[in-house]
Amino acid sequence: MGAEDIDMKLKVSNLNFSYADKTVIRNLSFEVKDGEFISILGPSGCGKSTLLNILAGILQPQEGEILIDGIRVSKMSRSFAYMPQNDLLLPWKTILDNVCLYGEIHHCREQMKESAREKMALFGLEGCEDKYPDELSGGMRQRAAFLRTTLCEADIYLLDEPFGALDVITRGDMQDWLRELCSTLKKTILLVTHDTDEAIYLSDRILVMGEPGEGIRGEIAVEQQNRTREWLYEQGELRAGIHHMIKRGK
Amino acid sequence: MSAFSATADCVKRRLSKAAPVLVILVLLAVWELAVQIAGIPLYVLPAPSDMLAAFAAEFSVLLGHAWITVLEALGGMAISFAAGIVIGVMIDAMPTFKKCIYPILVVTQTVPVIVLAPIFIIYLGFGYAPKILTVVLMCFFPIVVSFSDGLGEMDAGYLNLVRTYGGSRFQVYRIVKIPSAMISLLSGLKVAATYSISGAVVGEWIASQSGLGYYLIRAKNGYMLDKVFACVLMIILLSLAMNGLVKLFGYAVMPSRRRRRKHG
Repeated sequence: MGAEDIDMKLKVSNLNFSYADKTVIRNLSFEVKDGEFISILGPSGCGKSTLLNILAGILQPQEGEILIDGIRVSKMSRSFAYMPQNDLLLPWKTILDNVCLYGEIHHCREQMKESAREKMALFGLEGCEDKYPDELSGGMRQRAAFLRTTLCEADIYLLDEPFGALDVITRGDMQDWLRELCSTLKKTILLVTHDTDEAIYLSDRILVMGEPGEGIRGEIAVEQQNRTREWLYEQGELRAGIHHMIKRGK
Repeated sequence: MSAFSATADCVKRRLSKAAPVLVILVLLAVWELAVQIAGIPLYVLPAPSDMLAAFAAEFSVLLGHAWITVLEALGGMAISFAAGIVIGVMIDAMPTFKKCIYPILVVTQTVPVIVLAPIFIIYLGFGYAPKILTVVLMCFFPIVVSFSDGLGEMDAGYLNLVRTYGGSRFQVYRIVKIPSAMISLLSGLKVAATYSISGAVVGEWIASQSGLGYYLIRAKNGYMLDKVFACVLMIILLSLAMNGLVKLFGYAVMPSRRRRRKHG
């Protein structure tokens, strides 16, 4: 284990994954610093979600290595908390019980409920503890799903298009909310998205994946600290650079 | 205008609720009139008024027999429910087991129960056992099929979520799969509950000294069709009660459903 491995929160090396007849990920390598917000962009089918599924332990890679804080992980690791595109709130459970799912699995639901109650206001869910998912709006359901993710006490959040199913206005509100929340949480986040603006607005670094099996085609650092919507509208050059990188292989 | 439309909506809702009752009342009135006008004798077709009079006169006798039938039906339902849950989980968890057991389950439904009931008596005697087994034969299939289908229809995303949180296979079933299959299971239970009384009655037809099936055969042999129809009315009421019992069970095990109904 080298000194550079310890500096990195997450290091993925030479990852390979194939479905029965199709190679999706070949020799994929990248590194993520502690507290960094990384967005992963790329054309449909390039393996973005597959990558998150591998990190979450849902899929097993044929080859490659995943290191967290320099320690190799295989199968499911408690260091990762996965949030899929659909909120996946259990319809028969109240919001409080839903967000404490991790606690229920690990037999610490009551302690987690206290922690969840304290965080409800931060997630805009105050007063929703005893409601059922179908009584909440799409944005509130996503916030509840994100609260469930943060209660896992993992170091790295894996967000798979969390706002993909929301309308444009709600999605914008959720991006503002997530950006503010991330400055409080100070966690390492990997966000898979199709939305270039979302990636620019939220990330410290954007990784662009190429065609299936190509791996990381390039990366772009976003260094602006104080980001506003007005700032985002002016990022035509950055946007064009990302699009150029995505389209380069076509 | 809004008050008027609210009143109209209220009337419409009440009418839609009352419609099935109105249809039944109209059918009974037509039946009553047809029997009275045509002068159909009691031993051919009793009028609804004759049926109700027999029901009132024989109520305590019917209730005594109904108690036996209900016990048999509940016993059969309990066995079907317990076995249905266990076999349903096994079908979902073990694809090879499903391949082996499913054809057998389907075959059990192709043989008429009335044919099997005498065979059950040969093996199990004249007590409660053959009647309960008849109920099981009729109720087990809808329960196990609906439950195992419900377990299999769960979105893989939920299962992956629990697995990524470190959930065991047992927890996947306890937290996600079984609760999600409850609606499906309740549909099967409703069908089974309706069949359960009829199953017990069929079992009693073959050989018994008590129960609604025994009463029905005796009344039929004596050409007392008003009593036969009174007994049928009792069977209908008991079947509806069993169905209601399943609904209550549904509200007890699914608080979210109860709340949704409460809030409309």
